[in-house]
Amino acid sequence: MSDSKPGPEASPELAPEACGEAETGACPVTGEAGGPPAVPSLERPPVTDWRTDWDHLDPRWRDNPFPIWDELRKGPIARTERFEGAWLPTRYADVKAIAYDTEHFTSRRIVLRHKKYEDPPLPAPPITSDPPEHKAHKQVLLPFFTPQEVGKLEPMARRICTGLIEEFIADGRCDAAQQYARHIPVRIIAYMLGVPVKDSDLFIRWIHEILEIGIVDDEIGKNATKAMRDYFRHHIALRKEGRTEAEPDGPEPDLIRVMMDGSLNGVPFEENHVLGTLNLLMIAGIDTTWSSIGAAIMHLGQHPDDRRRLIEEPDLMPTAIEELLRAYSPVTMAREIKKDVEMGGCPMKKGEMVLLSFPAANRDPAMFPDADRVVLDRQENRHGAFGLGIHRCVGSNLARMELRVAIEEWLKRIPDYRVVGDVTWSDGTVRGPRTLPVAFG
Amino acid sequence: MKVRVDPERCEGHSRCHALAPELFTLDDFGNAAAIGDGAVPPGLEEKARLAVANCPEYAVEIVEDAE
Repeated sequence: MSDSKPGPEASPELAPEACGEAETGACPVTGEAGGPPAVPSLERPPVTDWRTDWDHLDPRWRDNPFPIWDELRKGPIARTERFEGAWLPTRYADVKAIAYDTEHFTSRRIVLRHKKYEDPPLPAPPITSDPPEHKAHKQVLLPFFTPQEVGKLEPMARRICTGLIEEFIADGRCDAAQQYARHIPVRIIAYMLGVPVKDSDLFIRWIHEILEIGIVDDEIGKNATKAMRDYFRHHIALRKEGRTEAEPDGPEPDLIRVMMDGSLNGVPFEENHVLGTLNLLMIAGIDTTWSSIGAAIMHLGQHPDDRRRLIEEPDLMPTAIEELLRAYSPVTMAREIKKDVEMGGCPMKKGEMVLLSFPAANRDPAMFPDADRVVLDRQENRHGAFGLGIHRCVGSNLARMELRVAIEEWLKRIPDYRVVGDVTWSDGTVRGPRTLPVAFG
Repeated sequence: MKVRVDPERCEGHSRCHALAPELFTLDDFGNAAAIGDGAVPPGLEEKARLAVANCPEYAVEIVEDAE
């Protein structure tokens, strides 16, 4: 497959403009007629048996994974010979046990690909770090992502949201994934990193090429990773000359500077470490939250009772946000088995992979009564949308703030709306709506 | 009633702090600890229970006075 694919420059279907912002000829409300699909489907042999041949890139998983997970939860941890051999736990208890077990499972590969990249893989600390180094790799970032710190970004998040709404509200309709959700997290993480916000579309394209196309196409995935690393190299070089292209009112220090100055036991981080972390911050900080915002707007559009309740009872917002994160968790991570281990009778062999489906765990009825129903005031909700154990998402407080603000501002201006037309979903590691046609007014 | 956070289990989800800021504080890395000796003032018992029930790492617990 990778042999015949053109490079990213020659792939017009990957250009962000093709993803819905530009006029495609399709009716933006009904989604009917003309225009390319927002996200090209990955070509895969159809799954024959989900228990022994599962594939998270299958269109049935992409469009509606919930019945698949419900079925798989009844049996042993599912197996596939695809991806060079991989396992799929879907019960909360199994996902948690593996997330906690850093003795048998390493994080050095956290994206499940059709075949593994080079050995050893490029690091992206701290997500690819294992104990004992992991703690220090994470601690350099944590002070910039506490609730108090991300609270300072809330006014900017609100300005972004209201500005975006202003652009389409008079139309009476929009694609809430492409015209709203997509633009919020990318602008904020660009600001925090210290790179120009105007480069946002470039970042979104790279991420699409790394996390979606790139999991079956080595060339596109590697080119995008390299382009991103070169991009950060450039911005590091600028800083070494005493210059920067950061937003004029940007944070001091920005995250590029934080990583440039980072050290472990007095030894400065190597370039590979610095670039890996910066790539990670950009990749992890964008389509994850884009997905959550989109899914939340979709749910509230499809469930007017929930929407009205949230408007009438704004005190529900904190539990509602957690519940939407649980029910529509976007992020699936992988682990590589580093030591043979048996789990629930399944012989897991060194070198094989595990797809750690936090979204499936979060729909496990053994952990969450009424797991398939969104309960806005759910009282007990130990969801793992941001992971469980040491790899808890560094940006979870930021993501929560962005999701809350995005929903608050949307409901303030667009309290009454409905989903009209087909919702399409992203492929692979991060699941969320990529087209979400809504009408209002 | 007292609340306690196990620092070995806490991974900084900050759910307890969001639900009960009167009872929990966060350090510079976002990890949680009970405020003071963890004593829960009257009227905040329900918030304390919520904090326990929403910790993904089971790091928050309630210690009854009797213990």
